[in-house]
Amino acid sequence: MPSPKEKLLGSSVPRKEGRDKVTGRARYVDDLTFPGLLHGVTVRSELPRGIIKKIEFGPGIPWDEFTIVTAGDIPGENCVLLIEHDQPLLADATVNHPEEAIVLLAHPDPYLLEEARRAVRIEIDPLPPIFTLEDSLARKQIIWGEDNVFKSYAVNKGDVDAAFARDDCVIVEGEYRSGAQEQLYIEPQGMISIANPHDGVTVWGSMQCPYYIHKALVAMFGLPPEKIRVVQAETGGGFGGKEEYPSMIAGHAALLAWKSGRPVKIIYDRAEDMAATTKRHPARTRHRTAVTRDGKLLAMDIDFALDGGAYATLSSVVLSRGTIHAAGPYFCPNVRIRSRVAATNAPPHGAFRGFGAPQSIFALERHMDRVAQAIGLAPDEFRRRNFIAPEQTTATGQVIHEAVDMNRLLDRALRESDYAAKRERFARENPDARVKKGIGFAAFFHGAGFTGSGETYLASVVEAEVTPEGRVRIMTANTEMGQGANTVFAQIAADALGLDYDQIEIAQPDTAAVPNSGPTVASRTSMVVGKLVETAALSLKHELVSSGLLVAGENSAEAFARAARIYVDTRGPLRARSQYHAPPGLHWDDATYSGDAYGTFAWAVYVAEVSVDIATFEARVDNFVAVQEIGKVIHPVLAAGQIEGGVAQGIGYALTENVVWQNGRMANGQMTNYIMPTAADLPRIRVFFEENPYAFGPSGAKGIGELPIDGPAPAILNAIENATGLSICEIPATPERIMQAYDEAAAVQEPEPVRPRA
Amino acid sequence: VPDAAAKIEIACTVNGAPRHFRAWPMERLLDALRTELALTGTKEGCGEGECGACSVLLDGALVNSCLVPVAQAAGSDIRTIEGLANAGDQLAAVQEAFIACGGAQCGICTPGMILAAHALLQKHPHPSEDEIRNGLSGNLCRCTGYTKIFAAVVRACQAMSATR
Repeated sequence: MPSPKEKLLGSSVPRKEGRDKVTGRARYVDDLTFPGLLHGVTVRSELPRGIIKKIEFGPGIPWDEFTIVTAGDIPGENCVLLIEHDQPLLADATVNHPEEAIVLLAHPDPYLLEEARRAVRIEIDPLPPIFTLEDSLARKQIIWGEDNVFKSYAVNKGDVDAAFARDDCVIVEGEYRSGAQEQLYIEPQGMISIANPHDGVTVWGSMQCPYYIHKALVAMFGLPPEKIRVVQAETGGGFGGKEEYPSMIAGHAALLAWKSGRPVKIIYDRAEDMAATTKRHPARTRHRTAVTRDGKLLAMDIDFALDGGAYATLSSVVLSRGTIHAAGPYFCPNVRIRSRVAATNAPPHGAFRGFGAPQSIFALERHMDRVAQAIGLAPDEFRRRNFIAPEQTTATGQVIHEAVDMNRLLDRALRESDYAAKRERFARENPDARVKKGIGFAAFFHGAGFTGSGETYLASVVEAEVTPEGRVRIMTANTEMGQGANTVFAQIAADALGLDYDQIEIAQPDTAAVPNSGPTVASRTSMVVGKLVETAALSLKHELVSSGLLVAGENSAEAFARAARIYVDTRGPLRARSQYHAPPGLHWDDATYSGDAYGTFAWAVYVAEVSVDIATFEARVDNFVAVQEIGKVIHPVLAAGQIEGGVAQGIGYALTENVVWQNGRMANGQMTNYIMPTAADLPRIRVFFEENPYAFGPSGAKGIGELPIDGPAPAILNAIENATGLSICEIPATPERIMQAYDEAAAVQEPEPVRPRA
Repeated sequence: VPDAAAKIEIACTVNGAPRHFRAWPMERLLDALRTELALTGTKEGCGEGECGACSVLLDGALVNSCLVPVAQAAGSDIRTIEGLANAGDQLAAVQEAFIACGGAQCGICTPGMILAAHALLQKHPHPSEDEIRNGLSGNLCRCTGYTKIFAAVVRACQAMSATR
């Protein structure tokens, strides 16, 4: 019988911090307090664009009790530094979006503070704003740089124009749109800071990327890096929403603390969080596809455009991932992708799980169903004729060396969902039914880790050390935000060292104590950082063996702990460090946007079964099957939890999560009218894994965090078409949008619309 | 602007112990619990009764503590997440099940969700799937897609039946 240690990887050990979370002991930022604490609030622009003329502090408020901060109080650069230097920490001359921060206030009494916020009047001379991608690309106003374009890319493979010129092909065109999506982590954003010239700046808060905040604070305060300390508190969900925006709140809290000399806490309420922080980029994708009559892809011409909001933030990187995923897991000899992200006068859009890929994959997988229809092939048969196979190339010319088998994933997904029988049954029963049923799928891939040379630039570092008790502590800057990073790192280290899971401690991310192992984003934590954890842990063991304290091949936890204690007692601290090096043979060229975009991909086929009530026009997902190949599964429960949660967000993205914009502001910034799925709304989500170990992931693991949000929206919209015949190319497919599509289709077919009544 | 003199004396039972504190009558029970009693296990997710992160048991009934004025809780018996484990730190069956089944991810909805699950199992000791879905539909979770939470409720139900 194998010992428990031998099967630690692949077993669902209890979550490291699970006990604290189920007892209410876990400390999130709003649970922390300090003596003399002040509360901080942000006064924001009501207008989308204009010139700040005057700031007035109205009557009835004892202003002398308040700490008041404006742009002039910033010791260093007035910028939330990330990639570009364009986004101010506090607007001083102009405002470029509604909800832009202008004034900060702090006071011990949160009730009085709220009164004070309302008493600040900011006079702004309006400038003409632009709110749509079309107006931005048409340069109706120039609101950013010379042409409103934050970034553009061009991917070129083969000769697209020559392929379209052939007379033996069918050409299919389509335009697809997806709306903004709110991350809607249940813990709103917040930060606490203590800051003064003597000790420097410390912040505690809800975050994904401590070193992003660290870099931004260094620039804001003009202090040396060692004077800035960033500590993660327990984080109540992120999904990308706590990738870049926390740098802004950290800066605000630190400025108030710096000026007041007291600790300052800023916690956003839900309305402020939804109004002011980032969302998924709205997108428009145009496809033009040439396909032979027997269903082989000849050429794909793709135009992918994102609305970036008012400042650059991460838009260039989001665009990159969306661009690279735009042609999907297919082999096509000729591909051209042109992409742009352009400015509008809305709060900046930013990171959200999937990071551009859900937008371009939604378009692609809706389009693939429509191409199949145009040439009279079943959607699954058309995919089968074009799936990428080992040694073939992606759109960027990356040769796929891994043993991908999309047909096998498709077979399993169709079998598990009983696809063929249901498709046949629904076709038979739908004509007489008010509630139409349909089934559809999407096939897709998702690259794990930073794109191209990104991981090499990051050059992440992980450390491991032995504690005086002979335990092992892992030090990374990667944050636990629900996904299970603490647990997976502990499993990887324990497995590498032959220790028990409980003998591994995970250090709290604190820039004063942990190395920079990069941000907690891009499905990179388990795969890239986990590999570094494995390497650092093995280095500890290697050192014990070389020092003669541990016999090579001795794998008992007791022997390790004994050797480790002797080492620490006799020789001092035992610490090991590992740093990222790219796997051999990866080449990426930023100039031509070609080469090996990712070290590996996760591959998937998702099937959705829907009902559409053509009296209410509400669509519901009745069943969902998610089949994916993700390398070695380290923790089955956590891995399935990632997939189920991502699918749930994807179902919301597809059907109900509708951000309504009015003059650049989110008009429905409440949980009451921005509708995310509840326990009563979701189907059973059935998750299946195929394992094909990746040589450069820890024990063969690949990244999975983002993958599950790529597939649901196209699978659901394909299923809606199967149910109703309505080809809807925009999400979310709200009842209003489905009704509109129904009426339009009826108007084409019949002299008068014939909408059935309930 | 609230006046400290307008505060009233509140007496109630919290997690089995009598508690006395001063609060403004219309102060949210959520704030009183978190600030006056330092019971920070009760979370604020939306402040408008939509998300359920602030759920507590008020005289045995599940309520959103962001919608309850503290004056209304005077004289009542309140249970928060901190009071669910038995003395001696023995976790309740629902808490154990959430750990075992992966029902908690980021953990911010977890205290409210666990209290909702506890209330559900008090009302329906052997809930059907629909009863579970409806019983938890006032508590939003953005991480799990609820599947593992349903599994945790079923497991807790089995564990509780076994010990009855």
